[in-house]
Amino acid sequence: MAIEVRIPTILRTYTGGAKTVEGSGDTLAALLSDLDSRHAGLRGRLITEQGGLHRFVNIYVNDEDVRFLGSLDAKLNDGDNVTILPAVAGGAFGFAAAAALLGRNTAR
Amino acid sequence: MLSIDRSIIDAIIAHARRDHPDEACGVVAGPVGSDTPVRHIPMDNAARSMTFYEFDSMEQLRVWREMDDRDEEPLVIYHSHTATEAYPSRTDTDLAGVPEAHYMLVSTREPDTEEIRSYRIVDGVVTEEPVQIVDPTVDPHAVQSYMFGQSPTTVDYECSPGR
Repeated sequence: MAIEVRIPTILRTYTGGAKTVEGSGDTLAALLSDLDSRHAGLRGRLITEQGGLHRFVNIYVNDEDVRFLGSLDAKLNDGDNVTILPAVAGGAFGFAAAAALLGRNTAR
Repeated sequence: MLSIDRSIIDAIIAHARRDHPDEACGVVAGPVGSDTPVRHIPMDNAARSMTFYEFDSMEQLRVWREMDDRDEEPLVIYHSHTATEAYPSRTDTDLAGVPEAHYMLVSTREPDTEEIRSYRIVDGVVTEEPVQIVDPTVDPHAVQSYMFGQSPTTVDYECSPGR
């Protein structure tokens, strides 16, 4: 069972520069674990230590944001396309919680 | 250095003024590998905030797919600061996820003056770069003398001192 996954530039260090990789799994969580077995560290950039999806990463199954499909429990089928995009966000000040939510300091 | 057409800068400033006091945000796409931004795409600020901006995730998917289909990439990612200087905040730096983009900031804190600056943000490190605004509508023969660092058709904005 193959699912094509599109990888954004910032995460291609984990895929040897590849723009797309293939993986398998019947849920998003299973797919990310499968990918991490070949691309170690990738999963840690997408999932927080608490086990949820990072607030500032967007993952789509076909044309839908996985947040509307049950997040990590989103069901996957053979032939699905998964796209990962870094959220584009920021702002003048105040949103210190954003950085904390991201957990970038520990992920890097 | 970011080299960009005057008409695109004008459109970005107009967008930022229109959405003021909320932050405005968007993208300028260009052909892959060209480093020439040509297509201005104003985006919704899903946060609708004076201190935060965030692309709507579904709009972002649509726009990113469209760029892919046209062999384009997001060369400039811009947003406005509406009460502070055009310098990346800690939040901007922490959340910058497109290392290949020019991150442009526009400040709309002064109603009459434009403040535009551009940065690379890679692994949390901010590096300012000069911005060259190209104006093809100016007749290069109309001006007889001009300041060092400028020509009739371009204006170079150097990085601000003290950073």
